[in-house]
Amino acid sequence: MKHATFRRLAALLAAGLLATSAHAANEQYFPLQSYRVGPYAAGGTGFFGGFIDYLQYVNAKGGVNGVKLTWSECETEYVVEKGVECYERLKKGLNGAPAAATNPLSVGIAYATLDRSTADKLPLITINHGRTDSTDGSVFPYVFPLQLNPYSEVSAIVNYIGQKSGGLDKLKGKKIVTLFHGSPYGKETNPILELLAKKYGFELTLLEVPHPGNEQQSQWLNIRRIKPDWVILRGWGVMNPVALKTAKKTGFPVDHIIGNIWSNSEDDAAPAGDAAKGYISITTHPSGTQFPVLQDIKKTVIDAGKGNLADPKRFGNVYYNLGVVNGILNVEAVRLAQAKFGKKPLTGEQVRWGFEHLNLDDKRLKELGAYGLVQPLKLSCADHEGGGAVRFQQWDGAKWNVISDWVQADRKLLRPIIEESSKKYAKEKGITPRDCSKES
Amino acid sequence: MFYTEAGQFSSHYRADRRLFRLRQDRYALYALLLFAFAVVPFIGSDYWLNAILIPFLVLSLAGLGLNLLTGYAGQLSLGSAAFMAVGAFATYNLELRVPELPLLASIALGGVFAAAASVLFGLPSLRIKGFYLLVSTLAAQFFVQWLFTKVSWFSNDNASGVITAPPLQIAGHDLSSPAGRYLLTLGFVVALTLLARNVVKSELGRNWMAVRDMDTAAAVIGIPLARTKLLAFALSGFILGVAGALWAFTYLGTVEPHGFDLSRSFQVLFIIIIGGLGSIAGNFLGAAFIVLLPIALSLLSGLLPPGVIDAGQLENLQKIVFGLLIIGFLIKEPEGLARLWQQLRERARVWPLRY
Repeated sequence: MKHATFRRLAALLAAGLLATSAHAANEQYFPLQSYRVGPYAAGGTGFFGGFIDYLQYVNAKGGVNGVKLTWSECETEYVVEKGVECYERLKKGLNGAPAAATNPLSVGIAYATLDRSTADKLPLITINHGRTDSTDGSVFPYVFPLQLNPYSEVSAIVNYIGQKSGGLDKLKGKKIVTLFHGSPYGKETNPILELLAKKYGFELTLLEVPHPGNEQQSQWLNIRRIKPDWVILRGWGVMNPVALKTAKKTGFPVDHIIGNIWSNSEDDAAPAGDAAKGYISITTHPSGTQFPVLQDIKKTVIDAGKGNLADPKRFGNVYYNLGVVNGILNVEAVRLAQAKFGKKPLTGEQVRWGFEHLNLDDKRLKELGAYGLVQPLKLSCADHEGGGAVRFQQWDGAKWNVISDWVQADRKLLRPIIEESSKKYAKEKGITPRDCSKES
Repeated sequence: MFYTEAGQFSSHYRADRRLFRLRQDRYALYALLLFAFAVVPFIGSDYWLNAILIPFLVLSLAGLGLNLLTGYAGQLSLGSAAFMAVGAFATYNLELRVPELPLLASIALGGVFAAAASVLFGLPSLRIKGFYLLVSTLAAQFFVQWLFTKVSWFSNDNASGVITAPPLQIAGHDLSSPAGRYLLTLGFVVALTLLARNVVKSELGRNWMAVRDMDTAAAVIGIPLARTKLLAFALSGFILGVAGALWAFTYLGTVEPHGFDLSRSFQVLFIIIIGGLGSIAGNFLGAAFIVLLPIALSLLSGLLPPGVIDAGQLENLQKIVFGLLIIGFLIKEPEGLARLWQQLRERARVWPLRY
């Protein structure tokens, strides 16, 4: 009896081994440090679901110039040590297919694998998050905070408030409160907000909400006393719906709260119910299914029953679409690099070249069916962020509606600060920065 | 048969007091050390060195630190991660602000800072015991994390409070390769383990055990309670601090205060409970159990044909299996893996006879 069970198990394992080793080698591999359980599972399942569905969609279209994309997952639960273990396990590729880039979608894991990916020559993609100063590619050659780094994020929000007030010069004397999550992530943008407050002359109050953010009564009473014109919500997870509910309770108008990039999903607004109606947040990628690329994914992947989402209703939501955007950027980098290095599976170093030369203009975005979903993006050796623009969306009680065009961050103002920080890092670590004028 | 004590007599006190009295234990240890220092760096892949052996060694060391305090001296503590954090941040700041200090000295001094913090938070142990002490060390856990998050000086004003590893160089040798970091870690672990083993066998170690078993009786026979307890906190803090520095710089390469949170303290506590309280080898066995088993489970589940079980459920299933193993194993042997190991050796001693 015991032996029979054991033999059956062994047979099962052997079958699994055979199934995975039967692939051909003409493949490009994406190691996925995903998280489907744990406190941030909503983000993980959506993001990696969208990413995987896009890769499946590219494969259904014949891959990238005939090179098929392949991937495997390793569960991190958003825990740094598990993420490192997964990184080390997956970085060598799969069955001869070389790894293209890692996308952990976690600030902590990104920090911990930053040195490793540089040593292993594997691009580290931290879309919409990560270390702000890694925007400077001369010090961080392998790190790409694509689209939006934290500094650009707040700068764009301030620019939008300026627009709403009728010009940046009208910001003088306005009162802005920033309610931030009490963690490294929440604190990261405070110095920039202070700098902007000094530059434009608005009155800034920084209020900290201790982790995880269930208790905000006193902060909102404070806000009622200050009577600010705008509240910037730099929240995370459970903190967001609680903020919206408490705002309603204390009588602060919810349409004068602007959520940042991690306070912008359906999962942040919907749990607050009525209190969220009118809530504004930024996004780099509108939710919705109307974009041609999403319609194609629906046709070729979802309707074929191969979709990665357990709950098909989440198709087209904020996290899912971020995954699709991430997929588009990764695949475009591979495609670009193939044009230079040949139509074959590429090494991480070659894919990095592709990322560094990404240039998505409106024409290319229309070809991809992602016009309006992805912002025009141009990367270079010196600039690993590329975009730095956001759109604003408003919650109508059931879904997000985009209410603005792309709003740019003040990248000229931020650049010297970023360079100062990256130089400090280079000095700490003994790195000699690349000379970007000599890069081709 | 081969594992026998017969014929091994000690004719001097010195021989009787050596760390490993049995010849075969000594040879096994030498062989193991030789293997770990001279063979593993060459045959170990990046994955084994970076993701398995280094965290295993560092957590063993952290377990050792807590075991001296809890297993030997009987002082319960939930502040292990806080002292690890002190060690890591102190080492970082020493490297940054006193650049002429060599790396080894910075790590050791980081341990000294952690020892000082540990003694400070150990002061209540002079008045309170057991669970009450547990709560006061919990204060250390929360205070230290708050301090490093709040005061940005400690992280060199990094906006997000994250510190990164300095260049790992010793006397001009670059140790930033996986093998180099492994050797650096192993060196510290072996040295501190030998130190701990010696201390435990010394008068101080016997005092600790007397205090652990009954402190009133210990006081009656003239053991200075305050000194003994505080020394336990100091040595434990030192080892934990070094473990924290190694965790931050040879393992992760970066750390934020949140990386040393309460769950890390619990992890260290579980290591010594599963490994065996009051045992040096138990720390290594416990750390192996905590580090290796989840990875083994996850690798095994990776062999399952895809699509059989949903990925999220699989992860929860692994947790269930891990939890069941811990429960089953603690029912079977509440004194930990070290006790099982000891029984195995006792069996080997009489093998092939039954008794």
